[in-house]
Amino acid sequence: MSRVTSAQKAEQPSFKALLWRWGAGPCWALAALLTWWLPDGDDFPDTTLLAGLFLACGVVLLVLAALKRLRYWAPWSAVLGLGLGAWEVVQAKFLLLPRPFFGTPQDLLDVFLTDWKRLGDSLLHSLLLLLIGYGIGACVGIAVGMALGRSLRFRYWVRPIMRVIGPLPPVALLPLAFVIMPSTRLAGEALMALSAGFPVAVLTWSGVAAVDPAYYDVARTMGAKDRFLVLRVALPAATPQIFVGLFMGLGASFSMLVVAEMLGVKSGLGFYMQWAQGWAAYPNMYAALLVMALMCTSLMTLLFKLRDYVLRWQKDGLKW
Amino acid sequence: MVKTAATQPALKPLSLHIDHLNHGYEAQGAMRPVLDDVSFDVAPGEFVALLGPSGCGKSTLLRLIAGLEVPLSGTIEADGREITGPGPDRIVMFQDPTLYPWRTVEENVTLGLDIHKKRDPKIVRDALQLVGLEKDASSWPHQLSGGMAQRVALARALVNNPRMLILDEPLGKLDSLTRLTMQGEIRRFWQKRGFSALMVTHDVEEALLLATRVLVFSPRPARIVSDRPIDLSAEQRHRDDPHVIALRRDILEQLGHSNDW
Repeated sequence: MSRVTSAQKAEQPSFKALLWRWGAGPCWALAALLTWWLPDGDDFPDTTLLAGLFLACGVVLLVLAALKRLRYWAPWSAVLGLGLGAWEVVQAKFLLLPRPFFGTPQDLLDVFLTDWKRLGDSLLHSLLLLLIGYGIGACVGIAVGMALGRSLRFRYWVRPIMRVIGPLPPVALLPLAFVIMPSTRLAGEALMALSAGFPVAVLTWSGVAAVDPAYYDVARTMGAKDRFLVLRVALPAATPQIFVGLFMGLGASFSMLVVAEMLGVKSGLGFYMQWAQGWAAYPNMYAALLVMALMCTSLMTLLFKLRDYVLRWQKDGLKW
Repeated sequence: MVKTAATQPALKPLSLHIDHLNHGYEAQGAMRPVLDDVSFDVAPGEFVALLGPSGCGKSTLLRLIAGLEVPLSGTIEADGREITGPGPDRIVMFQDPTLYPWRTVEENVTLGLDIHKKRDPKIVRDALQLVGLEKDASSWPHQLSGGMAQRVALARALVNNPRMLILDEPLGKLDSLTRLTMQGEIRRFWQKRGFSALMVTHDVEEALLLATRVLVFSPRPARIVSDRPIDLSAEQRHRDDPHVIALRRDILEQLGHSNDW
């Protein structure tokens, strides 16, 4: 977004750009019109409300276009409106896809309207489980990785354990964890910490191992002791690698979270999905899926933001 | 410019006594000697240049004096006390600037003060001013040119107020014009601060322009081939001066380059 392309710089945007910008709102209006005007194929809730929502989105997009705030995302907004409209026509009006596996837009809307409390509660439980497990795993992983990189004795004792346990998918430990841990929740926490901790530890280790020895020499010639060398030289020098580990670990904890919630932990989005599927409440499952996707992408974005801040000294990095 | 001298107390320059120093590395099961019975003294305030063929072991000698490595046999004494490890009285400036990329220019210069938990923005500002980089205090190292980075490294060394500055070919990778400027700067700081200085270089001319004494080493394992004082006045320290030219020819001959130009 910060880069200015030649098209944006020009005084007069191209005809195509203008078409996208002013077409996005009407696309949503068209979706609203079809939703309201065509008769439903079955008894669906909230059809009028959905049409109103589509219309509201269209109006907002038109206002944004008038304010010249709609540029980069204009094509996406237009196509999204058309896509939702098409979904509505195909499924809610003409019932072309097998039901109940494929729901309608108003079904999904209805879930959020009627079950938002339970969805929100599930999201909160998932977040809590995830953040505690991931947080512990990340911290322990960094500490273990640093120790592996700096201490020969630690490496001697811990590396074989890492080599045996590390490549094992943490999911495989789930049955064991449910037996030996006092609660399923704690078992989930522990396995999430493990699944996040392993990649973080390995990447931290490789980051520390790759630190230019000259960096240590510079600090040592000025009289730096071990503590300074570890915390102020090795750790910051290894941060780019540590963040690679943190990203991998986050992905691993997402899958661990879902599996733990589906198989044992009696709360959270995974549990909600499992429950919804059991009752053939497919719209609820889709709603939970959507919430989970939003949660995962938000956490990823947050981690990217953190990385961009911590690694602002790097020349350039990948943008999320 | 002169402010720094006021904020930092003048320290006594360090003297060195190096006695029958031997060092080597083990490679493929065999001991490879690097230093062969090296002995010399450095008087307080001297500027000694170490010349020798590439890879002869001069840099290893500097690492031993800096305390980054321990010699196999022989002793190095600083002011009569044996060196057992690195210390802030002997600061090394390396061939690469080795600035920490995660620290800004200012934070890099303050490194030595950080280590001893004595952060002082004023000393850092003065040091940056001394090398002409006060405007780049908040830049990141990757934004600097090679000469600027090496200047930051110089400021980072000077902030420690070393009693001996150990220079391991610090200008080796710079372009020739930047090199000329920085040679002048190093000589100026040495005159003003009065520290002792040891400098490894490949450039005979650089040694003659900066040093008060030149040691020439043999190919590996390094032995001292000659040890000569350079008694040149400030006016004589110029590339075209006949004394400098004669000395250069002499030393190049010792290094085995009599027939080259």
